[in-house]
Amino acid sequence: MGFPHKPHARETVVLSKYFGDADARTYKGWVKRGGYEMLAQALTMEPAKLIDVVKESGLRGRGGAGFPTGLKWSFMPKEKKKPHYLCVNADESEPGTFKDREIMRWTPHALLEGSAIAAHAIQAEVVYIYIRGEFTEPWTFMDRALAEASAAKVFGPIKIYLHRGAGAYICGEETALMNSIEGKRGNPRIKPPFPAAAGVFGMPTTINNVETLAAVPHILKQGAAWYKGMSLSSPKSTGTKLFSVCGHVQKAGNYEVTMGFPLKDLLYELCGGMRPGRTLKACIPGGSSVPILNREETESCLLDYEGVVEKGSMLGSGGVIVFDDSTDMVYQIMRLARFYAHESCAQCTQCREGTAWTTKILERILAGQGKMADLDLLLDLSENMTGKTICVLSDSCAAPVVSGIKRFKNEFEDYIAGRRRPVIMA
Amino acid sequence: MSVTAHPTPAGTEAYEPVFTGPTLEQLGEIIARYPTKQAALLPALWMVQRARGWISDRNMAEVAEVLGLTPAYVKGVVTFYTMYHQHPVGKHFVQVCTTSPCNICGAEAVTKAFLETTGAKELGATSPDGKRTVIEVECLGACGFATPVLVDDDFIESVTPDKVPELVRKYK
Repeated sequence: MGFPHKPHARETVVLSKYFGDADARTYKGWVKRGGYEMLAQALTMEPAKLIDVVKESGLRGRGGAGFPTGLKWSFMPKEKKKPHYLCVNADESEPGTFKDREIMRWTPHALLEGSAIAAHAIQAEVVYIYIRGEFTEPWTFMDRALAEASAAKVFGPIKIYLHRGAGAYICGEETALMNSIEGKRGNPRIKPPFPAAAGVFGMPTTINNVETLAAVPHILKQGAAWYKGMSLSSPKSTGTKLFSVCGHVQKAGNYEVTMGFPLKDLLYELCGGMRPGRTLKACIPGGSSVPILNREETESCLLDYEGVVEKGSMLGSGGVIVFDDSTDMVYQIMRLARFYAHESCAQCTQCREGTAWTTKILERILAGQGKMADLDLLLDLSENMTGKTICVLSDSCAAPVVSGIKRFKNEFEDYIAGRRRPVIMA
Repeated sequence: MSVTAHPTPAGTEAYEPVFTGPTLEQLGEIIARYPTKQAALLPALWMVQRARGWISDRNMAEVAEVLGLTPAYVKGVVTFYTMYHQHPVGKHFVQVCTTSPCNICGAEAVTKAFLETTGAKELGATSPDGKRTVIEVECLGACGFATPVLVDDDFIESVTPDKVPELVRKYK
């Protein structure tokens, strides 16, 4: 099976095994494929033992930060004095990323099973799955799967609810997501306190990404050693990862490969390379919030947390955006800045003003009214937007700008010097 | 991109309560999922929008009363989230993704085709027949299926300008 393409021989298909298989969406179909066996087993296990297995596997958060999952779970109070909660981050909104959508619409039970196992491990009785408002299709399949599985009473004492977002990228930030569940504006909170101490409704909370949780039943079934063994480069990055590839490639889509897989092979072999007559110009390897790589960096990059950092970017969410030689980098960087300006929650000055002015200056350059000093101004702005705010949205706006100016400075200069025809803004 | 067409002055719109009978019961079930009533605010606003097509100031006040909040607080939340309509919109609401990954795959041409085919003059405006409102949205999360378009609750993948006239005909 596979969707929207058949799996390539070099893919390691674990999470995506049933993508494209409509029968796997049903409770019966999922059970037939061995689903919910691991949940039944997990519910009889000591929570601490479950946490140990996940720690041992080396699983790291797939939402972007790459924090070790077992360690995160272990931060929850051992002795339960208050209600514990699990929040599932299904607010997938990072430009370039569309893997959680595929997990939810093809294998909704995989997420439900992983969520219930995690809830047991952290001694939570309630799970909220926060799905972005635009994901109408994943919502439908998740809702149906939840009703079927609940009717079959597979979750033991654990209650799972879906919670619909309403259009706000920032709600993918963990504390903003919790505020949103509480019926508030989605403003990120100052940390500490961290969610394990005071999360949703002020109670100990763990928040995990969809892909992270979907991997948990597989780890229980095949063992931590099996998962840990899937690593082609750095031993600190283990297991398989879904990479969403989009932009200028022949075959866009989700590809599941072992950590450490060469980015070059992903693009040229699995995705069929660039369009005819085109060559690779740049690539954003981990969703729009990470620095842009040039062709040389892209072609020598290994896809794991350490490998991408070595090239000057980050693995992030695994959203790979590919730009070929037809791309106007200045325009695309402006478009990304505009995204962040639109999505800023506006509570921190550096972000509210910084994202808006970054966009305006980039638009000015594109309109042929830029000055050479604008490039330094943009870098100065970006400097003041990095590491100075409550959350990292501001930093995320600075990343493509700084990396873009560093690697494609000549394109900016062409607009400023009048060597390139100005763009008329819509 | 905000919706600017058809502003209705606050308080002058026709008002009909949403939370009566079965809808109120349904909200009660949702409230029971959370330790606070306030947490049912986003779901309650979705219920209003489903029933009325948009969320008026009067309906915000209704939600506030049902959940024990103030109207100002509810408005503060409504204005934070882009999917809640604070003004009436066309019968069909068309959202075209134009963020970078879709942009490089031709999303701007798709937007243009929607504006031309529907007759809506600009983004955020409703077509003269009141049937369709077209807006640009930031990342719909289906970048590998550029250009995704959300028409009401239908998520349509891989839209190209040539497919637009047929889509517009489908959503009459």
